[in-house]
Amino acid sequence: MNNDLIKIIVRFFILVLAQVLVFNHINLFGYINPYVYTLFILLFPVKKESRMLFIFLSFLIGVSIDLFSDSGGVHAVASVTIAYIRPVVLRWVFRNAYEYQTLKIAATSLGQRSLYIILLILTHHLILFCLEIFSFTDIPFILKKTLFTSIFTSCLCILFMVLFSRKKR
Amino acid sequence: MQQIINFFIRNKTFFLYLLLLSISLGFTFQSHSYHKSKFINSANWLSGGIYESMNGIGDFFELKKYNRQLVEENQRLRSLLINNKLISHTDDTLMSDTTSNRQYKVIPAEVIKNSFDLRKNYLTINKGEHDSIRQDMGVISSKGIVGIIENTSGNYSTVQSVLNTISEINAQLKNSNHFGTLEWDGKNQKTVQLVDISRVAPVKVGDTVITGGMSAIFPKGILIGSVSEVNPDVSGNYFIIEIDLFNDMTSLGHVYVINNEHKKEIKQLESETINE
Repeated sequence: MNNDLIKIIVRFFILVLAQVLVFNHINLFGYINPYVYTLFILLFPVKKESRMLFIFLSFLIGVSIDLFSDSGGVHAVASVTIAYIRPVVLRWVFRNAYEYQTLKIAATSLGQRSLYIILLILTHHLILFCLEIFSFTDIPFILKKTLFTSIFTSCLCILFMVLFSRKKR
Repeated sequence: MQQIINFFIRNKTFFLYLLLLSISLGFTFQSHSYHKSKFINSANWLSGGIYESMNGIGDFFELKKYNRQLVEENQRLRSLLINNKLISHTDDTLMSDTTSNRQYKVIPAEVIKNSFDLRKNYLTINKGEHDSIRQDMGVISSKGIVGIIENTSGNYSTVQSVLNTISEINAQLKNSNHFGTLEWDGKNQKTVQLVDISRVAPVKVGDTVITGGMSAIFPKGILIGSVSEVNPDVSGNYFIIEIDLFNDMTSLGHVYVINNEHKKEIKQLESETINE
């Protein structure tokens, strides 16, 4: 448990720094920046007892990103929302494994894991850009930005998960 | 009573979510209105310090570019100085009044964080209240306008960039006195829009646009950009003019903060006039 907590805290700081110092400056095609810090929410250990802590930490990482990128509270809203709906997505994607509390995200098949990542990241980015742009006349632009950024973020997240996961076989 | 407490305990996750959601929505909507993003901004010791130390590394690789910009600016200022016989005494400030009482003070600063891919873009610079920087001062670079100071801390300030959908800056055409408001539609990082220019104004593509000096933030005559397209607005009474910025907002290094020493006096006079 203690070991887990340290791992989570280290991951928190690394992801915030990586996001604000590297990934906020990528500007692919002029406006696409991947929001890789969502990995923190995606990879948080699945435990029913620690849900309050999980939601609070997700809020905290969102606020940290907002603090660095002067974006008000848009990242906090998006992060706290996907943290809250994560159990629903988990139950829908992984079914049995989630019900019996034996789920380890690193140990699932690549297809299921990708579906889980894409669903949560799409939700996150849709909320994020709706609030950031906040205008009805720009709905096509919001959708376009959500789609492209989601693709980019999802690819990077899946890539990082594969790269940094330790094989225990 | 017992039941109510039980209800809260059973749904505690949901209530925590609601609480955090409303806090963050509060932050969001605060930032949508002018001068309200008080709590969450990057002008603080933590993010300012991190950005500054990272910028120190990046700066090293840009030294050549900065040198070139400074030489170009020196050249321009020299030629102004030589051609303008009226200014015989040397000045250490960029924009000085010819009267002995200087209205504008210039404070040099360095951009440590720049953003241009969002709708509401803010920069962070490495000078703050200790260098007598206050809210609502103008920020320019050697090539033209950059933005307006939004929040300040001891050593850092955030700047509301011209590339921000809520920014409004008074601007005018260089060769006639028709003035309008400079806005940004959030689409292109190189072009901004000048609205509310009357249809009678003689505008053609290529004309230079400068700050209007009506707002007490910028002195009159700071360069903004050149006209690239002229369109009538919906009512047909005004122009919407697309302007190509002289400044490359995606690559900013050294900037100057302009302090209008007479601003307080102007503001006071204006508010008194409205009150009566």
